[in-house]
Amino acid sequence: MSAATMTEYQPKLALGPVLYYWSKDTLLDFYERISAAPVDIVYLGETVCSKRRAFNTDEWLELAERLNAAGKEVVLSTMALLEAESELKTLRRLCENGRFTVEANDMGAVRLLAERKTPFVLGTGINLYNDQTLRFLAGLGAKRWVMPVELSRVTLASIQAGRLEGVETEVFAYGRLPLAYSARCFTARYHDLPKDDCQYRCLNDPAGLTVSTREGQAFLTLNGIQTQSAQTCNLLPELAKFRELKVDALRISPQAEGTETVIEAFAACLRGERDAVAAARALNAALPYGACDGYWQGQPGLKQTTEVGGV
Amino acid sequence: MPVSSSSVASKPLELVCPAGNLPSLKTAIDHGADSVYIGFRDDTNARHFPGLNFDAKTAAQGVQYAHAKGRRVFVALNTFPQPSGWERWQRAVDQAAELGVDAVIAADISVLDYACRQHPNLPLHLSVQGSATNYEAIRFYHEQFGIRRVVLPRVLSLPQVRHVLENSPVAVEVFGFGGLCIMVEGRCLLSSYVTGESPNMCGVCSPAKAVRWEETPRGLETRLGGLLIDRYAPGEPAGYPTLCKGRFMVGEQTYYAIEEPTSLNTLELLPELQDMGIAAIKIEGRQRSPAYVTQVTKVWRAAIDACRRNPAAYAPKPEWLRELGKVSEGQQTTLGAYHRTWQ
Repeated sequence: MSAATMTEYQPKLALGPVLYYWSKDTLLDFYERISAAPVDIVYLGETVCSKRRAFNTDEWLELAERLNAAGKEVVLSTMALLEAESELKTLRRLCENGRFTVEANDMGAVRLLAERKTPFVLGTGINLYNDQTLRFLAGLGAKRWVMPVELSRVTLASIQAGRLEGVETEVFAYGRLPLAYSARCFTARYHDLPKDDCQYRCLNDPAGLTVSTREGQAFLTLNGIQTQSAQTCNLLPELAKFRELKVDALRISPQAEGTETVIEAFAACLRGERDAVAAARALNAALPYGACDGYWQGQPGLKQTTEVGGV
Repeated sequence: MPVSSSSVASKPLELVCPAGNLPSLKTAIDHGADSVYIGFRDDTNARHFPGLNFDAKTAAQGVQYAHAKGRRVFVALNTFPQPSGWERWQRAVDQAAELGVDAVIAADISVLDYACRQHPNLPLHLSVQGSATNYEAIRFYHEQFGIRRVVLPRVLSLPQVRHVLENSPVAVEVFGFGGLCIMVEGRCLLSSYVTGESPNMCGVCSPAKAVRWEETPRGLETRLGGLLIDRYAPGEPAGYPTLCKGRFMVGEQTYYAIEEPTSLNTLELLPELQDMGIAAIKIEGRQRSPAYVTQVTKVWRAAIDACRRNPAAYAPKPEWLRELGKVSEGQQTTLGAYHRTWQ
C-alpha cells in the first residue's frame, strides 16, 4: 500500500494560525512541539484580535526563523478584520518582512502584497468562490489559496478543473470552522465587559466559549470577535478525494488539546500506514461536540454525513 | 455622476432607498429618495427572497420612472458566484448595463472584473458584501476596477469611519437605518452552517424555508434548520428567527449571546456624518413592504433636509423616531457599531 501511495498525489500538511488567545508560554511550548511534528507548512501570527499580544511582531518573526530552521515552510498570517490604523501598521510590517511568505486575510493585505510583487497566500478570510477570481488574484501574485470553508467538493472540483500553473490549493481539513467576524467582542459581552476593557478574558478560554441552544445543542464557539463552529470539521476520510482533486495542502487548525495527535493521524494516513476512516473515527470519538463535514458534502456545515462522527 | 471625495463635503447627503419591487421603487422616488437600489429575480443579489425583486420589464419601468424624475437606480449584484452559475452574474451585469442603470453594486472580484472590462462606462460601487473595512482594501478595488463608491460594513465606529473617509480614494456610503448585521457583511457563514444557504452563496440569510414556528407547552418556539433559536413566553413579542438574534446558552447564562433583535438607526448622527463628508446614506430593507419604504423615506428625507439647512440646530424630531420605531425590528433601535460602547 505504501508503495502505491508513493506515486499518488501527495498533499502537504499545513498547520493554520492559532485562532485562540493563548499565553506566551503556551504558544512557546506548542510551537516547540510543532517544530518536531510532521507538518510541512506552519502559518504563524494573530489573525483574530489585535489586542491579543502574547507575541509582538518581532517575536513572531523570531519564532518563524526557529521553525524555518527546523525545516518548516513558514507563512505569516495577517488579520481578517482590519479597522484601526495601528492594525494597518502591523500589516505593513508583515507584508514588508522580506523573508517569509504572507497570508492575506483581507483585500487590504492583497493590495500591499501585490504592490510589492511578492508571492502571497490567500487565506480563508478572502472570498474566493470561483476560478475567474482565482485567476485574477494569481495575476497579482497569489501562489496558494485556501478554499473558503463553506464551499463544497463539487465547487472545488470545478475550480480545480482549470488549475493554474504555480498556484497551490489548500483545504481547511481539520478544526473548528471560522464562520464570522464582528466589530463586537462576544467574549467581552459574555463577561459583561466593554470591548475596550475586555481584561483579556479570552486567555481563560483556550478553546473559546461554547454556544448552545436552550435545548442544550452546542453549535457555535465564541472566540472574541470571531464566531466558529462548535463541531470540529474533520475531512480526514476524504483523503482519496483530495488526491483525486490534486489538493496541494491540508490545513489543520490548532486546537487547545490534541493537535499533535491530529497531525500524527493525518501524516500516518498520508504515508499509507493507517486507514483514514478508522483514524478519523478515533479522532472524532474524543470531540466534545462531534465532527462535521457538511460544507464539503454540499450540505449545511454542521452536518456529519458519514458514520465517523463521534458524538 | 458620482463625486470624488474631495468634493463630497459640499454636496448634500444622498438618500439611497431600498426597492424590492416596482411599487416600492415608485414610493421611494415619490417621497424623496435620491437613488434607489434594486435586485434581479435570482441569486445574483443578497435579497434573493421569493416574490421579491425585478424582472427585465419591471426593471426597465423602474429605471424609466426614476430617470424621468431625475433620480438614480443602482442594481445590486452583490453575491459570490460559484463556477456552475457564473454566467448568471455575467448576464445580470450585461442586463444592468443595457437598462442604463446608474451603478452596479458588486462584491465578487470576477463580477467587478467582468463589469469593468466589458462595460467601462458602467459605474461600479463596492457592495457592503465586499467587506472593505479599511482604506487599503478600498484602494485595492479602486485601483483594480475603478470603483467610484464604497459601502462600508456596519462594524466601524464613527472615528473609524472618519479615518477611512479621509484616506479613501472614492466616495463613501454608510448604512443609516434598518436591519442590523452584527457580523462583517460578506464574512458571515452562520446561515449556511445551519441551513446550507448563506448571503455570499445564495443571497439569503436564515432563509424562510428553513424556519419553523411551533406552539408548545413551553411557549412559542422558533427553529431554523431544526435548531431552537428562541422560545417566547405567552404575550412576549416573537421575532423572525435570524440566527444571530436568538437566545442561547453560554456557560450558565441564557441571553442574546450575539445580538438582540434590533434595528440600526443613526438619525442622531446625521450632522456628524454630513460634516465628515459621507456621500450617501443607505436605508436597508429591500425585503420590506412599500409601506415601510414610504415611511422610512419620508422621515429620512425630512431629516437630511433639516440637517442640511441648519446642522447646529438639528435634532431628530420625536415623531420621526416614533415612526421609525414602528417599523424597527423588535421595536427598538441602536446606534450599532458607530457608538463604541455597543461593540
